[in-house]
Amino acid sequence: MRQRMIRRVDFGRHKLYDIVIMKKALKFAFIKDIPVMLGYIFMGIAFGLMLQDAGYDFKWAFCISLTCYAGTMQFVLVSLLSGGMNIPATIIMTFSINSRHIFYGLSFLKTFKKMGKAYPYMIFSLTDETYALLCGTKIPPEVDTRKAMLFMAALNQSYWVFGCTFGDLFGSLVKFDTTGVDFAMTALFIVIFIDQWQDAKTHLPVYIGVACGIISLLLIGPKNFIIPALAAAIGLLIVFKKPIEKSDPMLESENVTRADDEEREDEA
Amino acid sequence: MTTIQAIIVIAVVAICTFIARGLPFALFGRKEPPKIVSYIGAVLPAAVIAVLVVYCLRNVNFTHAVNWLPAFIACGITAGLHVWKKNNLLSIGGGTICYMIMIQYLFV
Repeated sequence: MRQRMIRRVDFGRHKLYDIVIMKKALKFAFIKDIPVMLGYIFMGIAFGLMLQDAGYDFKWAFCISLTCYAGTMQFVLVSLLSGGMNIPATIIMTFSINSRHIFYGLSFLKTFKKMGKAYPYMIFSLTDETYALLCGTKIPPEVDTRKAMLFMAALNQSYWVFGCTFGDLFGSLVKFDTTGVDFAMTALFIVIFIDQWQDAKTHLPVYIGVACGIISLLLIGPKNFIIPALAAAIGLLIVFKKPIEKSDPMLESENVTRADDEEREDEA
Repeated sequence: MTTIQAIIVIAVVAICTFIARGLPFALFGRKEPPKIVSYIGAVLPAAVIAVLVVYCLRNVNFTHAVNWLPAFIACGITAGLHVWKKNNLLSIGGGTICYMIMIQYLFV
Protein backbone atom coordinates (compact mmCIF):
# COMPACT_ATOMS: atom_id res chain seq x y z
CA MET A 1 0.00 0.00 0.00
CA ARG A 2 2.71 2.35 1.04
CA GLN A 3 4.70 1.46 -2.01
CA ARG A 4 1.73 2.26 -4.16
CA MET A 5 1.27 5.57 -2.43
CA ILE A 6 4.86 6.49 -3.06
CA ARG A 7 4.62 5.49 -6.64
CA ARG A 8 1.56 7.60 -7.04
CA VAL A 9 3.21 10.57 -5.40
CA ASP A 10 6.24 10.12 -7.64
CA PHE A 11 4.00 9.99 -10.62
CA GLY A 12 2.34 13.20 -9.55
CA ARG A 13 5.66 14.90 -9.10
CA HIS A 14 6.77 13.74 -12.54
CA LYS A 15 3.71 15.23 -14.08
CA LEU A 16 4.24 18.49 -12.28
CA TYR A 17 7.88 18.51 -13.34
CA ASP A 18 6.82 17.88 -16.94
CA ILE A 19 4.45 20.81 -16.85
CA VAL A 20 7.15 23.10 -15.47
CA ILE A 21 9.57 22.01 -18.23
CA MET A 22 6.85 22.43 -20.81
CA LYS A 23 5.96 25.90 -19.61
CA LYS A 24 9.58 26.99 -19.62
CA ALA A 25 10.11 25.77 -23.18
CA LEU A 26 6.85 27.32 -24.34
CA LYS A 27 7.68 30.67 -22.79
CA PHE A 28 11.14 30.62 -24.34
CA ALA A 29 9.72 29.74 -27.77
CA PHE A 30 6.98 32.34 -27.50
CA ILE A 31 9.45 35.17 -26.85
CA LYS A 32 11.80 34.07 -29.63
CA ASP A 33 8.86 33.78 -32.01
CA ILE A 34 7.39 37.25 -31.49
CA PRO A 35 9.07 38.81 -34.56
CA VAL A 36 7.80 35.94 -36.71
CA MET A 37 4.37 36.29 -35.12
CA LEU A 38 4.08 39.87 -36.37
CA GLY A 39 5.36 39.01 -39.83
CA TYR A 40 3.32 35.86 -40.25
CA ILE A 41 0.04 37.26 -39.01
CA PHE A 42 0.19 40.27 -41.31
CA MET A 43 1.53 38.33 -44.29
CA GLY A 44 -1.14 35.70 -43.61
CA ILE A 45 -3.83 38.38 -43.62
CA ALA A 46 -2.57 39.55 -47.02
CA PHE A 47 -2.84 35.99 -48.28
CA GLY A 48 -6.32 35.54 -46.81
CA LEU A 49 -7.52 38.71 -48.53
CA MET A 50 -6.14 37.49 -51.86
CA LEU A 51 -7.76 34.09 -51.47
CA GLN A 52 -11.06 35.72 -50.51
CA ASP A 53 -10.87 37.81 -53.69
CA ALA A 54 -10.31 34.63 -55.69
CA GLY A 55 -13.58 33.28 -54.30
CA TYR A 56 -12.39 30.84 -51.63
CA ASP A 57 -13.69 31.22 -48.10
CA PHE A 58 -11.91 30.87 -44.76
CA LYS A 59 -12.15 27.07 -44.70
CA TRP A 60 -9.86 27.01 -47.71
CA ALA A 61 -7.45 29.49 -46.15
CA PHE A 62 -7.32 27.35 -43.02
CA CYS A 63 -6.70 24.09 -44.90
CA ILE A 64 -4.11 25.59 -47.27
CA SER A 65 -2.07 27.22 -44.51
CA LEU A 66 -2.30 24.02 -42.47
CA THR A 67 -1.21 21.62 -45.25
CA CYS A 68 0.96 23.68 -47.64
CA TYR A 69 2.49 26.12 -45.13
CA ALA A 70 4.65 28.02 -47.59
CA GLY A 71 4.73 31.80 -47.89
CA THR A 72 5.51 32.71 -51.47
CA MET A 73 4.11 29.47 -52.86
CA GLN A 74 0.71 30.10 -51.27
CA PHE A 75 0.47 33.44 -53.05
CA VAL A 76 1.29 31.67 -56.32
CA LEU A 77 -1.26 28.99 -55.41
CA VAL A 78 -4.00 31.64 -55.42
CA SER A 79 -3.28 32.39 -59.06
CA LEU A 80 -3.10 28.67 -59.83
CA LEU A 81 -6.52 28.21 -58.23
CA SER A 82 -7.95 31.05 -60.28
CA GLY A 83 -6.99 29.44 -63.59
CA GLY A 84 -7.71 25.98 -64.97
CA MET A 85 -6.21 22.89 -63.38
CA ASN A 86 -2.69 22.27 -64.66
CA ILE A 87 -0.87 19.65 -62.62
CA PRO A 88 2.53 19.72 -64.41
CA ALA A 89 2.67 23.51 -64.11
CA THR A 90 1.72 23.25 -60.43
CA ILE A 91 4.49 20.74 -59.76
CA ILE A 92 7.13 22.75 -61.63
CA MET A 93 6.09 26.00 -59.94
CA THR A 94 6.15 24.47 -56.46
CA PHE A 95 9.58 22.93 -56.91
CA SER A 96 11.09 26.02 -58.50
CA ILE A 97 9.82 28.26 -55.71
CA ASN A 98 10.45 25.94 -52.78
CA SER A 99 13.60 24.15 -53.92
CA ARG A 100 15.72 26.39 -51.68
CA HIS A 101 14.28 24.39 -48.79
CA ILE A 102 16.16 21.34 -50.08
CA PHE A 103 19.32 22.88 -48.62
CA TYR A 104 17.88 23.76 -45.23
CA GLY A 105 17.51 20.22 -43.94
CA LEU A 106 21.26 19.66 -44.24
CA SER A 107 21.81 21.70 -41.07
CA PHE A 108 19.36 19.64 -39.03
CA LEU A 109 19.94 16.07 -40.19
CA LYS A 110 20.92 14.82 -36.74
CA THR A 111 19.01 17.29 -34.62
CA PHE A 112 15.58 16.59 -36.06
CA LYS A 113 16.09 12.84 -35.94
CA LYS A 114 16.29 13.08 -32.18
CA MET A 115 12.91 14.75 -32.00
CA GLY A 116 11.02 11.43 -31.86
CA LYS A 117 7.41 11.74 -32.90
CA ALA A 118 7.92 15.36 -33.91
CA TYR A 119 10.49 14.39 -36.58
CA PRO A 120 8.15 14.58 -39.60
CA TYR A 121 6.54 17.76 -38.31
CA MET A 122 9.90 19.48 -37.89
CA ILE A 123 10.72 18.65 -41.52
CA PHE A 124 7.29 19.77 -42.71
CA SER A 125 7.45 23.10 -40.88
CA LEU A 126 10.95 24.12 -41.97
CA THR A 127 10.16 27.49 -43.57
CA ASP A 128 12.68 30.27 -44.17
CA GLU A 129 11.78 31.97 -40.91
CA THR A 130 11.71 28.81 -38.81
CA TYR A 131 15.04 27.71 -40.30
CA ALA A 132 16.63 31.07 -39.56
CA LEU A 133 15.20 31.11 -36.05
CA LEU A 134 16.32 27.57 -35.25
CA CYS A 135 19.81 28.31 -36.57
CA GLY A 136 20.06 31.66 -34.85
CA THR A 137 18.71 30.78 -31.42
CA LYS A 138 20.94 29.53 -28.67
CA ILE A 139 18.79 27.51 -26.34
CA PRO A 140 20.03 27.86 -22.75
CA PRO A 141 20.76 24.62 -20.85
CA GLU A 142 17.85 25.05 -18.45
CA VAL A 143 15.38 24.93 -21.34
CA ASP A 144 14.48 21.58 -22.92
CA THR A 145 16.04 21.82 -26.41
CA ARG A 146 13.67 19.51 -28.23
CA LYS A 147 10.51 20.93 -26.71
CA ALA A 148 11.68 24.49 -27.37
CA MET A 149 12.42 23.68 -31.02
CA LEU A 150 9.07 21.99 -31.50
CA PHE A 151 7.22 24.87 -29.86
CA MET A 152 9.08 27.42 -31.98
CA ALA A 153 8.10 25.58 -35.15
CA ALA A 154 4.51 24.94 -34.10
CA LEU A 155 3.88 28.47 -32.78
CA ASN A 156 5.18 29.88 -36.06
CA GLN A 157 2.73 27.78 -38.02
CA SER A 158 -0.14 28.60 -35.69
CA TYR A 159 0.47 32.32 -36.32
CA TRP A 160 0.51 31.69 -40.05
CA VAL A 161 -2.71 29.64 -39.96
CA PHE A 162 -4.36 32.26 -37.78
CA GLY A 163 -3.27 35.11 -40.08
CA CYS A 164 -4.44 33.36 -43.26
CA THR A 165 -7.81 32.35 -41.82
CA PHE A 166 -8.39 35.71 -40.15
CA GLY A 167 -7.43 37.56 -43.33
CA ASP A 168 -9.91 35.53 -45.36
CA LEU A 169 -12.67 36.13 -42.80
CA PHE A 170 -12.15 39.71 -41.69
CA GLY A 171 -9.20 41.02 -43.71
CA SER A 172 -11.33 43.59 -45.48
CA LEU A 173 -12.25 45.08 -42.08
CA VAL A 174 -8.65 45.87 -41.16
CA LYS A 175 -8.53 49.62 -41.58
CA PHE A 176 -5.02 50.05 -40.25
CA ASP A 177 -2.57 50.55 -43.13
CA THR A 178 -0.16 47.66 -42.84
CA THR A 179 1.95 48.50 -45.89
CA GLY A 180 5.55 47.73 -45.09
CA VAL A 181 4.94 45.39 -42.16
CA ASP A 182 6.59 42.64 -44.20
CA PHE A 183 9.86 44.38 -43.40
CA ALA A 184 9.69 42.51 -40.08
CA MET A 185 10.97 39.41 -41.89
CA THR A 186 13.89 41.32 -43.41
CA ALA A 187 14.67 42.74 -39.98
CA LEU A 188 14.52 39.25 -38.45
CA PHE A 189 17.08 37.96 -40.93
CA ILE A 190 19.32 41.00 -40.32
CA VAL A 191 19.19 40.42 -36.56
CA ILE A 192 20.08 36.74 -36.94
CA PHE A 193 22.78 37.74 -39.42
CA ILE A 194 24.38 40.04 -36.86
CA ASP A 195 24.10 37.48 -34.04
CA GLN A 196 25.79 34.86 -36.18
CA TRP A 197 28.42 37.33 -37.32
CA GLN A 198 29.36 38.17 -33.75
CA ASP A 199 29.51 34.52 -32.70
CA ALA A 200 31.36 33.19 -35.72
CA LYS A 201 35.03 32.31 -35.52
CA THR A 202 35.37 32.70 -39.26
CA HIS A 203 33.39 35.06 -41.44
CA LEU A 204 34.26 33.34 -44.68
CA PRO A 205 30.87 31.53 -45.00
CA VAL A 206 29.10 34.88 -44.51
CA TYR A 207 31.24 36.58 -47.17
CA ILE A 208 30.51 33.67 -49.49
CA GLY A 209 26.77 34.00 -48.86
CA VAL A 210 26.72 37.77 -49.39
CA ALA A 211 28.85 37.56 -52.54
CA CYS A 212 26.87 34.68 -54.07
CA GLY A 213 23.58 36.37 -53.23
CA ILE A 214 24.47 39.74 -54.71
CA ILE A 215 26.30 38.46 -57.78
CA SER A 216 23.53 35.98 -58.58
CA LEU A 217 20.89 38.70 -58.11
CA LEU A 218 22.75 41.03 -60.48
CA LEU A 219 23.33 38.33 -63.09
CA ILE A 220 20.01 36.49 -63.00
CA GLY A 221 17.55 39.04 -61.63
CA PRO A 222 15.18 38.93 -58.66
CA LYS A 223 12.91 36.12 -59.83
CA ASN A 224 15.16 33.06 -59.95
CA PHE A 225 18.41 34.04 -58.28
CA ILE A 226 18.19 32.17 -54.99
CA ILE A 227 18.90 28.61 -56.18
CA PRO A 228 21.99 29.55 -58.22
CA ALA A 229 23.12 31.65 -55.25
CA LEU A 230 22.77 28.76 -52.80
CA ALA A 231 24.34 26.27 -55.20
CA ALA A 232 27.30 28.59 -55.78
CA ALA A 233 27.60 29.14 -52.02
CA ILE A 234 27.76 25.38 -51.39
CA GLY A 235 30.38 25.04 -54.15
CA LEU A 236 32.53 27.77 -52.61
CA LEU A 237 32.07 26.40 -49.09
CA ILE A 238 33.51 23.11 -50.37
CA VAL A 239 36.36 24.89 -52.18
CA PHE A 240 37.25 26.81 -49.01
CA LYS A 241 36.72 23.84 -46.68
CA LYS A 242 40.35 23.80 -45.51
CA PRO A 243 40.68 27.47 -44.47
CA ILE A 244 37.20 27.49 -42.90
CA GLU A 245 37.91 24.41 -40.84
CA LYS A 246 41.29 25.74 -39.85
CA SER A 247 39.86 28.95 -38.42
CA ASP A 248 37.10 27.09 -36.60
CA PRO A 249 38.62 24.03 -34.90
CA MET A 250 35.14 22.94 -33.76
CA LEU A 251 34.37 22.03 -37.37
CA GLU A 252 37.33 19.74 -37.76
CA SER A 253 36.29 17.54 -34.91
CA GLU A 254 33.91 15.86 -37.35
CA ASN A 255 30.18 16.29 -37.71
CA VAL A 256 29.58 19.41 -35.78
CA THR A 257 25.94 20.26 -35.77
CA ARG A 258 23.55 21.61 -33.27
CA ALA A 259 22.91 18.03 -32.25
CA ASP A 260 26.09 17.99 -30.24
CA ASP A 261 24.56 20.21 -27.62
CA GLU A 262 21.85 17.66 -27.21
CA GLU A 263 24.25 14.78 -26.97
CA ARG A 264 25.86 16.51 -24.07
CA GLU A 265 22.45 16.93 -22.57
CA ASP A 266 21.73 13.23 -23.05
CA GLU A 267 24.90 12.25 -21.30
CA ALA A 268 24.20 14.50 -18.38
CA MET B 1 -12.14 25.10 -61.34
CA THR B 2 -14.28 22.60 -59.47
CA THR B 3 -13.91 21.94 -55.76
CA ILE B 4 -12.30 18.55 -56.44
CA GLN B 5 -9.80 20.12 -58.84
CA ALA B 6 -8.94 22.81 -56.30
CA ILE B 7 -8.34 20.16 -53.65
CA ILE B 8 -6.09 18.24 -56.05
CA VAL B 9 -4.02 21.37 -56.85
CA ILE B 10 -3.65 22.18 -53.14
CA ALA B 11 -2.65 18.57 -52.39
CA VAL B 12 -0.03 18.67 -55.15
CA VAL B 13 1.46 21.90 -53.75
CA ALA B 14 1.44 20.48 -50.21
CA ILE B 15 3.14 17.24 -51.27
CA CYS B 16 5.78 18.92 -53.45
CA THR B 17 6.58 21.40 -50.67
CA PHE B 18 7.02 18.57 -48.19
CA ILE B 19 9.21 16.64 -50.66
CA ALA B 20 11.48 19.69 -51.08
CA ARG B 21 11.84 20.06 -47.31
CA GLY B 22 12.26 16.33 -46.73
CA LEU B 23 14.73 15.50 -49.48
CA PRO B 24 17.95 15.92 -47.44
CA PHE B 25 16.46 13.76 -44.68
CA ALA B 26 15.45 11.08 -47.19
CA LEU B 27 18.96 11.12 -48.69
CA PHE B 28 21.11 11.40 -45.57
CA GLY B 29 18.80 10.87 -42.60
CA ARG B 30 19.07 7.09 -42.32
CA LYS B 31 22.70 6.57 -41.50
CA GLU B 32 25.61 8.74 -40.60
CA PRO B 33 25.77 11.43 -43.32
CA PRO B 34 29.03 11.73 -45.32
CA LYS B 35 31.57 14.07 -43.73
CA ILE B 36 31.25 16.64 -46.47
CA VAL B 37 27.46 16.81 -45.94
CA SER B 38 27.88 17.35 -42.21
CA TYR B 39 30.43 20.05 -42.92
CA ILE B 40 28.08 21.84 -45.32
CA GLY B 41 25.22 21.52 -42.85
CA ALA B 42 27.35 23.16 -40.18
CA VAL B 43 28.63 26.11 -42.22
CA LEU B 44 25.59 26.63 -44.45
CA PRO B 45 23.36 28.62 -42.04
CA ALA B 46 25.75 31.59 -42.08
CA ALA B 47 25.71 31.67 -45.89
CA VAL B 48 21.95 31.01 -46.15
CA ILE B 49 21.05 33.82 -43.75
CA ALA B 50 23.19 36.19 -45.85
CA VAL B 51 21.42 35.02 -49.02
CA LEU B 52 18.04 35.45 -47.29
CA VAL B 53 18.84 39.06 -46.44
CA VAL B 54 19.62 39.65 -50.13
CA TYR B 55 16.43 37.73 -50.99
CA CYS B 56 14.30 40.06 -48.86
CA LEU B 57 15.82 43.08 -50.59
CA ARG B 58 15.68 41.58 -54.08
CA ASN B 59 12.91 43.84 -55.35
CA VAL B 60 14.59 47.06 -54.29
CA ASN B 61 15.59 49.04 -57.37
CA PHE B 62 18.09 51.84 -57.66
CA THR B 63 16.40 53.96 -60.32
CA HIS B 64 15.10 56.42 -57.77
CA ALA B 65 16.09 57.22 -54.20
CA VAL B 66 12.44 56.73 -53.13
CA ASN B 67 12.70 53.08 -54.13
CA TRP B 68 15.74 52.06 -52.15
CA LEU B 69 16.36 54.65 -49.46
CA PRO B 70 13.62 53.51 -47.01
CA ALA B 71 14.70 49.87 -47.11
CA PHE B 72 18.35 50.73 -46.60
CA ILE B 73 17.71 53.24 -43.82
CA ALA B 74 15.47 50.71 -42.07
CA CYS B 75 18.13 48.00 -42.44
CA GLY B 76 20.64 50.42 -40.95
CA ILE B 77 18.33 51.24 -38.03
CA THR B 78 17.69 47.53 -37.38
CA ALA B 79 21.39 46.68 -37.49
CA GLY B 80 22.36 49.75 -35.43
CA LEU B 81 19.78 49.04 -32.72
CA HIS B 82 20.85 45.42 -32.59
CA VAL B 83 24.55 46.11 -32.27
CA TRP B 84 23.76 48.71 -29.63
CA LYS B 85 21.13 47.01 -27.44
CA LYS B 86 21.17 43.34 -28.52
CA ASN B 87 17.43 43.12 -28.09
CA ASN B 88 15.67 41.26 -30.94
CA LEU B 89 12.28 42.81 -30.38
CA LEU B 90 13.62 46.34 -30.14
CA SER B 91 15.73 45.95 -33.30
CA ILE B 92 13.02 44.28 -35.37
CA GLY B 93 10.17 46.42 -34.03
CA GLY B 94 12.15 49.64 -34.37
CA GLY B 95 13.32 48.88 -37.89
CA THR B 96 9.87 47.80 -39.06
CA ILE B 97 8.04 50.80 -37.58
CA CYS B 98 10.58 53.19 -39.11
CA TYR B 99 10.18 51.45 -42.47
CA MET B 100 6.37 51.67 -42.33
CA ILE B 101 6.47 55.37 -41.41
CA MET B 102 8.94 56.06 -44.20
CA ILE B 103 7.04 54.34 -46.98
CA GLN B 104 3.60 55.47 -45.79
CA TYR B 105 4.35 59.11 -44.99
CA LEU B 106 7.83 60.26 -45.91
CA PHE B 107 8.62 58.71 -49.27
CA VAL B 108 5.22 58.69 -50.92
